[in-house]
Amino acid sequence: MSALTLSNVTKTFGTTEVITGVDLDVEPGEFCVFVGPSGCGKSTLLRMIAGLEDVTSGDVSIEGRRVNDVAPAKREIAMVFQSYALYPHLTVRDNMGLALKQAGASRADISAATDKASAMLGLGPLMDRRPAELSGGQRQRVAIGRAIVRRPKLFLFDEPLSNLDAALRVATRIEIARLHRELGATMVYVTHDQVEAMTLADKIVVLRAGRVEQVGRPMDLYNDPANTFVAGFIGSPQMNFLKSGPLGISSVQMGIRPEHLEISTEAGQIAGKISHVEKLGGETLVYVLTEDHGLLTVRLFGEHDYQVDAPVWLTPDAARAFHFDEHGQRLRPGERPAAGRATP
Amino acid sequence: MSSARHSLPRSIAAHGILITYTLIALFPVFVIVINSFKSRQAIFREPLALPTRETFDLIGFQTVLAQGDFFQYFQNSMIVTVASLFFVLLFGAMAAFALSEYRFRGNSLMGLYLALGIMIPIRLGTVAILQLMVATGLVNTLTALVLVYTAQGLPLAIFILSEFMRNVSDDLKNAGRIDGLSEYRIFFRLVLPLVRPAMATVAVFTMIPIWNDLWFPLILAPSEPTKTITLGSQVFIGQFVTNWNAVLAALSLAIVPVMVLYLIFSRQLIRGITAGAVK
Repeated sequence: MSALTLSNVTKTFGTTEVITGVDLDVEPGEFCVFVGPSGCGKSTLLRMIAGLEDVTSGDVSIEGRRVNDVAPAKREIAMVFQSYALYPHLTVRDNMGLALKQAGASRADISAATDKASAMLGLGPLMDRRPAELSGGQRQRVAIGRAIVRRPKLFLFDEPLSNLDAALRVATRIEIARLHRELGATMVYVTHDQVEAMTLADKIVVLRAGRVEQVGRPMDLYNDPANTFVAGFIGSPQMNFLKSGPLGISSVQMGIRPEHLEISTEAGQIAGKISHVEKLGGETLVYVLTEDHGLLTVRLFGEHDYQVDAPVWLTPDAARAFHFDEHGQRLRPGERPAAGRATP
Repeated sequence: MSSARHSLPRSIAAHGILITYTLIALFPVFVIVINSFKSRQAIFREPLALPTRETFDLIGFQTVLAQGDFFQYFQNSMIVTVASLFFVLLFGAMAAFALSEYRFRGNSLMGLYLALGIMIPIRLGTVAILQLMVATGLVNTLTALVLVYTAQGLPLAIFILSEFMRNVSDDLKNAGRIDGLSEYRIFFRLVLPLVRPAMATVAVFTMIPIWNDLWFPLILAPSEPTKTITLGSQVFIGQFVTNWNAVLAALSLAIVPVMVLYLIFSRQLIRGITAGAVK
C-alpha cells in the first residue's frame, strides 16, 4: 500500500487553476521531493496533503485512507515550515510536546517522546529556552524535533532550509537525510533548489504551472529528462540549448550539459568568443558567446587559464546530447519527430 | 546612538519642537489642576498663578466630596469604561480574526459594512437608540451605556486589528492546526499575544472618548445612581452661577483614573514597538 496517493487532484482559486490534475504515488519510507520554480504550485500541493487547503477535485489518501475531509490534526502528519512557526510563548520542551498533549497523551509518554527526539537532534541544553532565545538553525532543529515527536505517518517539509545561511543549509540537509535513514519514515519535501532535491530525494517530482512535468529518481531525471523544462531545471550550471539545424539531426533543439562541450582554441563546430570565466578551484566555468546559439556554458574540471574576448571553438559530444521537438518534448533515438510526446 | 547619524543642532531642533508641543498640550490641564487648589477670588484675580500660602484652598475638593455621591459617579464611569473596553477588544479582535483569516463569500463586503461606523457618527442615531432603550427598558442603566459604547468602538477596533492580524504568520496558525489546537485556542493563545501592541492602541483610542462622553449619559442614564463623572460634574455648572472651585476639582479628579489606564496600555505599546524593532 502506498504511503501517500494523489489521484487526479486539482485546485482552483476562483477561476484560476493552480493545480491541474496531479497523480502521484509515494511508497512507504520514500523521500519524495517536489521541485519547481516559484509559483508552480508545489507549496499549494503540500498544503493540500496537510489539509490546510481544500482539494477542489480528486482524492488525497494517506496509507489507503481517503483524507479529503479529515482535519489536519487527524491526518497523522507532521509539518516543518519555512518560517519555523514555533509557538513564541512556549519553551522548546512544550513546543515539542504540544501536539501529544492535545491528543491526550500521558505526561510520561510526552516526556519520553520529547527526550528521544531531543537526543536525536542534540537539543538537550536548549529544552527550557523559548524560541526567541534560539538561533535560526536551532529553531529549525526544534521545528524538526516537534515533527518527530508526533511519530507521524507522513512528514511534510515546506522549504525548511530557505531561511538558513549556506553553511548551515548543507549541515541541516545532511541531518535531514540522516533522520530519514534512522526513522525510515515517509517524507514529502518541497523546495525550489534543485541541489536539495538531487541530494535528498529518492523520487523527484518536477512541477511547472500546476502540472507534473516528470517523476523519477534524481539520476533518471538528470540522464533522461522528458522535456526542455526538466532538462534545464535539473543540473547546475544549466544545460545549454542549441539550435540543432547545423548538426544534421531533424530536431529543433539540442540540449548539451556544460561538461559535455569540448573547448578548443584552434578548431571546432561552433565558433565563439569568451565572455566571462568563473574559477571555482575544483572546476572552471567558461561562458562563450556564439553567433548562432547565444551564450553557452562550458564546465571544465580543474584550473584553466582562459582570457576574456579570446576566440574559441566548441564541439558538443554528440553521444551525450539530448534532442527536443518544437514543443520542447524529448526526441529519443529511433523515435519519429511527430511522436515526440514523452509520458512523464 | 552613533554620532555619524545625529548632529547636535538637529537633535536640539527636534527636541525644541517636541518640548514646545508638549507644553502647549499640557498647559490647559496644568491650569485646571493649579486652579483647583486655589480659593475662588484667587482663581479670578490671577488665573495663571500657582497657589501660594494665602490662596491655597481645598474648598473645591471639599464641595465635590460632600455634595452628590462622587464616589458613585467614579465607580459608574469606571464600570462603563472598563466593560465597554473589554467588549470592544474581545468582539473587535474576534471579528478582525474572522475577516483576516477565513475566506468566505461576502468577506470584503462584511469588512466594509463593519468599517462604515468609522465614517458615520453614532450620535446621528440618538433618537432611535433612545427609543430602543425605552422599548427594552434599559433607560437609566449602565448596560445601556455599555451597549452603545461597544457599538461605537467596534468599527475602528475591527479596522485596525484586522490589518494587524493579516500580518500574523500563516505558518504559525497552520502549525497550531496540525498540532490539533482549536480555532479558539489559536486565536487566544497564538494570535492575540502577537497583536498586543495593536490591542493597546485600540484600547487607548476607545477608552478616552468613552470616559469623556457627556452626550449618552445625559440622554440614556441621567438618574442619580447611574450618573457618570462627566455628568456628575455638571451639577456645579449653573445657568447663572458656576461653582468653579468644584468644577475644577471634579475635572482634576476625573483625570486620574483615565491616566492610570493609559499608563497601563502605553507600557504595552512601547514594549510592542521596541520588541518589533530589535527582533
